[in-house]
Amino acid sequence: MKKGKAKVKAKENGSDVNIDLISREMLSSMGGYEKVRFVLDRVKNGKILVLENGLNSLEETQLIETTMSEIDHDKFIGIEMQGYENKDGSIFARLLRKNRTRMEVIGPANLLKTVYKDGNIIQTILLTKGKIVEPK
Amino acid sequence: MGLRDLFKRKSLARWLRRIFKRSHAKIGIYGPPNSGKTTLANKIGLDWTGEELGVVSAVPHETRRANKKENIIIQNGRGKLQLDIVDTPGIATKVDYKEFMKCGLSKGDARKRAKEATEGVIESIRWLNDIDGVLLVMDACKDPYTQINITILGNLEARALPVLLVANKIDLPNASPTTIINAFPQHRVVPISALQGERIEDLYKGIVECFG
Repeated sequence: MKKGKAKVKAKENGSDVNIDLISREMLSSMGGYEKVRFVLDRVKNGKILVLENGLNSLEETQLIETTMSEIDHDKFIGIEMQGYENKDGSIFARLLRKNRTRMEVIGPANLLKTVYKDGNIIQTILLTKGKIVEPK
Repeated sequence: MGLRDLFKRKSLARWLRRIFKRSHAKIGIYGPPNSGKTTLANKIGLDWTGEELGVVSAVPHETRRANKKENIIIQNGRGKLQLDIVDTPGIATKVDYKEFMKCGLSKGDARKRAKEATEGVIESIRWLNDIDGVLLVMDACKDPYTQINITILGNLEARALPVLLVANKIDLPNASPTTIINAFPQHRVVPISALQGERIEDLYKGIVECFG
């Protein structure tokens, strides 16, 4: 296993769901676009990522923009992402654009859905794989 | 010149413009899909120029290309501000054509709309490089504490762009603008109904004070 990454496997209706827990050290060694690529490549492969230290808002915006350019309406409809806002970010951190979320979960939108969020709790559900019924 | 240099130069220009009061500003109307951005843009357009900016629909992502209206002069008391308004497509992290089929669109039309919607989100994000301030529109009937709202606000703070939060749809019985005020206490929030024109004068006052 690569340093800085822990894997959890969960069974969902007979299919494996991969959840990767990504350490702060691993992400901090990457540049902005490298992070976006790292996240998006894994999410497009059906993985759910839990980032110990989340993306900052500029990286999140870049992730949304890149996601939109790679949506394939049959295989990849986008992402679900939720993080705790870092309310303690100093003015200095904001000026340096270093204010980032404390912890963040990102996954494919067809698999992960947020049902509740406040300042301290993010509640998500895994959608049943392969059971999406197309409306007539 | 690299992207980082361009970004820094634009930020510096914005700070300078904030120090020396502006009489002309380019304002982007941002927010998630179906929060009432185009309804608000139309209200502003009708009130000050007699013309609307775009088409409104209950189907999400009706606005898929940014609509721009230049030289709108807003007056409030002694304050006066000339605005260029950019009504942007709604920002989302996912676009699923099946959601449009639930609204009655054919599969072909739904897929076309979904493709255009993804392009619209990209266009909205790129407009952030070319505006002086943002009206961030939120639906006062929905939970405002979403990642999209938090990401947009964080982005605006990082770019040092002034922002005015618009708690829209207060004419609806389950509207709760207080929830938005409590969720984002560091920002000025103006509760309005763009559709009914309710408390719209408060918004014009806020625009002149915030972006002027």
